[in-house]
Amino acid sequence: MLEHIKTLYHQGRQFIPDVTVAKAPGIFRGRPVINNAKVNESDLVNICPLNAISANPVRLDLGKCSFCGECAKQFPEKINFTTDYKIAANERESLIIKEGDDAQVTINPIKVRKEIHHLFRRSLKLRQVSAGGDNSCEWELNAANNVQFDMSRFGIEFVASPRHADGIVITGPITKNMAEPLQICYDATPDPKIIVLVGTDAISGGIFADSPAIDRSFLDKYYIDLYIPGNPAHPLTIINGLLDLTRKMK
Amino acid sequence: MKYTTVINNQCIPISQIPENSYDAFFELNVGFITDSSERHCVNYFGYPVSGNIKLICCIANDQSHDIHISSCLVKPTDILTSMSSKIFCFEKFEREIHENFGILFKGHPWLKPVRYGHDRADTLQTIANYPFYAIQSEELHEVGVGPIHAGVIEPGHFRFICNGEQILHLEIQLGYQHRGIESLFLRKKKLSERVQIAESIAGDNVVGHTLAFAAVWESLCGFRAPEELDFSRTIALELERIAIHTGDLSAACTDVAYQLGSAVFGRLRTPIINFLQEWCGNRLAKGLIRPGCNQYPFTSFLAFRLKEVLDAFEPDFDEVRRELFKMPSALSRFERTGTVTLADTLSIGSVGIAARASGLSRDIRSSHPHALFKGLKHAPIIKHHGDVYSRLQIRKQEVPQSINYLRELMHRIPECNNDKEPLGSPEPDSFAISLVEGWRGEICHCAVTDTQGELVMYKVKDPSFHNWMALAMAVRNNEISDFPICNKSFNLSYCGHDL
Ligand code: SF4
Repeated sequence: MLEHIKTLYHQGRQFIPDVTVAKAPGIFRGRPVINNAKVNESDLVNICPLNAISANPVRLDLGKCSFCGECAKQFPEKINFTTDYKIAANERESLIIKEGDDAQVTINPIKVRKEIHHLFRRSLKLRQVSAGGDNSCEWELNAANNVQFDMSRFGIEFVASPRHADGIVITGPITKNMAEPLQICYDATPDPKIIVLVGTDAISGGIFADSPAIDRSFLDKYYIDLYIPGNPAHPLTIINGLLDLTRKMK
Repeated sequence: MKYTTVINNQCIPISQIPENSYDAFFELNVGFITDSSERHCVNYFGYPVSGNIKLICCIANDQSHDIHISSCLVKPTDILTSMSSKIFCFEKFEREIHENFGILFKGHPWLKPVRYGHDRADTLQTIANYPFYAIQSEELHEVGVGPIHAGVIEPGHFRFICNGEQILHLEIQLGYQHRGIESLFLRKKKLSERVQIAESIAGDNVVGHTLAFAAVWESLCGFRAPEELDFSRTIALELERIAIHTGDLSAACTDVAYQLGSAVFGRLRTPIINFLQEWCGNRLAKGLIRPGCNQYPFTSFLAFRLKEVLDAFEPDFDEVRRELFKMPSALSRFERTGTVTLADTLSIGSVGIAARASGLSRDIRSSHPHALFKGLKHAPIIKHHGDVYSRLQIRKQEVPQSINYLRELMHRIPECNNDKEPLGSPEPDSFAISLVEGWRGEICHCAVTDTQGELVMYKVKDPSFHNWMALAMAVRNNEISDFPICNKSFNLSYCGHDL
């Protein structure tokens, strides 16, 4: 017993006191900034393995980007990744970063459904469905609830059954083989419910976007409440996205 | 009975792999494995060659440190004698070949689908109609779990046949994660795309799989990785091992309701993966490894930072691991739970932690060393009970072992060379194979090019491909309530298996 207390003591304080202002260590690739420098745009477009960059004016779609950093490496005068991890949005277009635009990616509270503010402000229980996810986003979703990030302090938790959930969190490009289980899980979740897409694979299909083994028709049927980009999404991106969705008022 | 012998990361002309009649091919490969624990099948696959199917079998010999490769040309309509009827370890490989091309294997114990790939031969079979085993009895009941599980993990279906609380049989049905990885390697033509596919094979084993891809690609191109590249890759592979092993120990604590252990191991993983982020901008090392180039050279400042991280990590890790492994309430859950015998391990052809926990020394780092492992003279950690306890002990001891390797490597950081040899393009009509010891075990990638040097076949084998069967054996005669801890002690990959 005493030894346990000793161990506990040796750990010191591990939790991040304020997850809205914490710093991401190292050369983390968060929100990119595209400046107005002149470059060969078609070379720039071609360099991206995920077709996330389009030209004239140059735009970069965070929903397609895998944050590999290749564009910034080849065109440092044009694209720069900042460590700003708050890149979740509730509108798909907000994920498209435009040339010369250094504004933060934000949640638009006007577009948030009323019942979300109403019912999920203080408690949000989520069911996670990995539909072809490579276990990296799943990893970070788990990490979001470890002793450091401690998402459950905000009343946001993952639950074991869709029947206990207020919404589902999808990772992965949605494989054909998971399309039916995903639908069953969604149907089993009581209304009102939200849908959150985590990671590039879930938002756009990522590198699997044109794979014959995936079936994304589920997403055409429903309104998506939150997009959390990343490859995988960082726990701070996940937590801030969910907090802004449920708590940020007009 | 003809074959050719190569070493790890070697590229040979495809014509150098001798073609046998199926009977000779059968005799040869069954003969290799019979009564020789030092040999095992690292890969066995087929690919279409003008209307026929070419089968290639790769048998690694851990004692002579080389790989025996043989081939055979068959028709999709052929009915072949199953090698699994003699040696069980070919079981899944034959099922995969059957699923992909329709070839029948006579005498195979159960020719069931492996993953319901999009390009399977029989598209009438669907994942919702998997033919499970059943036992008719008033006393027995079935428990179905999945595909979606209670935790935040990947999907897969487990079907238990139980007698009361006791598991008689477990059948594991996978395929839900199938994304078409192998065919995407052929469809996507840019190297930058292919390397991102490799990074997505298993997101918890990014370094292992990307390293295997880079090694295959570089050997196809005739590129010899300079020391600085090997250096970065060795460090990254061991960092990944430390991070995941630590996380696995946390998960094991969670499953036996040891809160403090769960929290401490869980938080200890963070500084290691945060160091990866400091190094390459991603906590799981996505973006770090690229064929033919050192994206993020390991600087002396990074070495200094790594030393700081490890110095802080080690005492805390030691303290909590000491406590965990002397706590009776935890040990009673770990010991003699989920046992796999050495005989079963050999017959399944297990690799990695699952093999080493049952007394079988299988570790590519010592048997077919790649990158800087030759110089490190790696001695695998072997346990003998084959239970949850042994599998956790391996992790507990491999973490400090890997830390020692990192510390040793920090003494000789190679200079970053600026005038680089260009990567070039793949040799035409060639075959390359790469084996990497990821944290789960042996990863094997194989590639074949055509007359233009374009990929015509890319084969990925995750260690989980062998080891899922070991989990099914481990839980027999255990309480169903011990399934989670057995499962965590293996921590196998769904997406690495389903591809
Ligand atoms: S960082 Fe994103 S936009 Fe840039 S090359 Fe990589 S995937 Fe494309």
